[in-house]
Amino acid sequence: MCLGVPAKVIEMEEQRALVDVMGSRMYVGIFFVPEVRIDDYVLLHAGQAITVVDEEYAKESIEEWRNVLDGKHGSFFRSGLNS
Amino acid sequence: MANMDLFSDPVLTRESVEAVIDLAKRFKEEKGRIPVFMEVCGSHTMALAKTGIKARLKDYVQLIAGPGCPVCVTDQKSIDAMVQLSEEPNTILCTFGDMMRVPGSKSTLMKAKTEGKDIRVVYSPLDSVHIAEENPDKEVIFLGIGFETTIPILALTVREAARKDLNNYSIWMATKLVEPVLRALLSSEEVKLDGFLLPGHVSVVLGKQSYRYLADEYTISGVITGFEPVELLSGIYKLLVLQLEKRVKIINDYTYVVRDKGNVVAQTLLEEYLEAHDEVWRGMGTISNSGLVLKEQYAQFDAKKKFNILVGEPRVTKCRCGEIVRGLITPEECVLFNKSCTPTHPIGPCMVSTEGTCAAHFQFMREV
Ligand code: SF4
Repeated sequence: MCLGVPAKVIEMEEQRALVDVMGSRMYVGIFFVPEVRIDDYVLLHAGQAITVVDEEYAKESIEEWRNVLDGKHGSFFRSGLNS
Repeated sequence: MANMDLFSDPVLTRESVEAVIDLAKRFKEEKGRIPVFMEVCGSHTMALAKTGIKARLKDYVQLIAGPGCPVCVTDQKSIDAMVQLSEEPNTILCTFGDMMRVPGSKSTLMKAKTEGKDIRVVYSPLDSVHIAEENPDKEVIFLGIGFETTIPILALTVREAARKDLNNYSIWMATKLVEPVLRALLSSEEVKLDGFLLPGHVSVVLGKQSYRYLADEYTISGVITGFEPVELLSGIYKLLVLQLEKRVKIINDYTYVVRDKGNVVAQTLLEEYLEAHDEVWRGMGTISNSGLVLKEQYAQFDAKKKFNILVGEPRVTKCRCGEIVRGLITPEECVLFNKSCTPTHPIGPCMVSTEGTCAAHFQFMREV
């Protein structure tokens, strides 16, 4: 029942939005994400957008992980886990 | 979203696996055993099996599936009641697809459907409200199973049905909550764990702050994790770091969708419509306040109050799903696994559900 693939918001109406998930389009409810805007990515669950994806955090988290791998764990131990 | 692709990048995945194995070896050197982590969420179980991570790490990290598959933790009597509900005249039963083939003691919803009962698989619970609107002379019931990610959507259907003044829509509430079951598992001390991979989507609703009790009261760490290979490995890695540094912490490693406070709109809706209720879990018995039901003022939408369904004691089988959901055994330890129990002929819910541990092992982890 869970979907991990983010959907891109194409059009918005009052209660629903048209989204694109890997090329297929569908309407989803947006009650739980009043902050959503066109071009945002949202995560879907059972026909509802349940959160807006923060692209900046996605970028940061992959960069942080890259650093961990490059630092051969050393830098990670020193920097601590602050997230 | 270009960055998202990196979470499943094969080269980065391979490097991540090596990094995890390095740390796991250090853990073993220090403690003389391999670390044991539990993934709480059924979708994590499936993802760990499907990506091959569980199999690749098996000599270094033990990953135990937890009680996070909603169909699997639903107790047999409750399943029997749902199958029996489909026999009620003049009703349309709506459900998520996973429920259709779950074996009841006497029948399944799929069988009831082939026998002519009106049972419909919906993608969204809200579709069942539309069905109620279009069929005013029928009672439309949604089978409300699920955890905190799904429950707000159930509450939303009640809000919608009330707004449309429908009196032929109700939910058969059989919801489950993560915190009470994790507390029950930890208190039972049946499994010894070094940390949790915390459920990504449940955390979207609850937020990072909701897991403080794990660290504060049970001194156990947890990392909120996404579903792609690199995310799963990063989560496991961080649990290992915490162990090696002898620190206890809740980490949000899924920051791009999970906020500290969770989804406040969803939480507000839950508070408005629902209240805590004792629920019976498969293999665990009744756990106090471990589910949510509709408040008294919304009783008209409560199928358990509308329909009087009585079922006897369930048929006893050799299925060991009750131990699987508690993380006590692996599917291979069940004598029926891959013999009389397969996805085409499931004996228990753990083999039916797309989030079930037995289904995950059958599809992706069988040794051939
Ligand atoms: S293999 Fe089948 S019978 Fe055995 S525990 Fe899993 S679902 Fe139940």
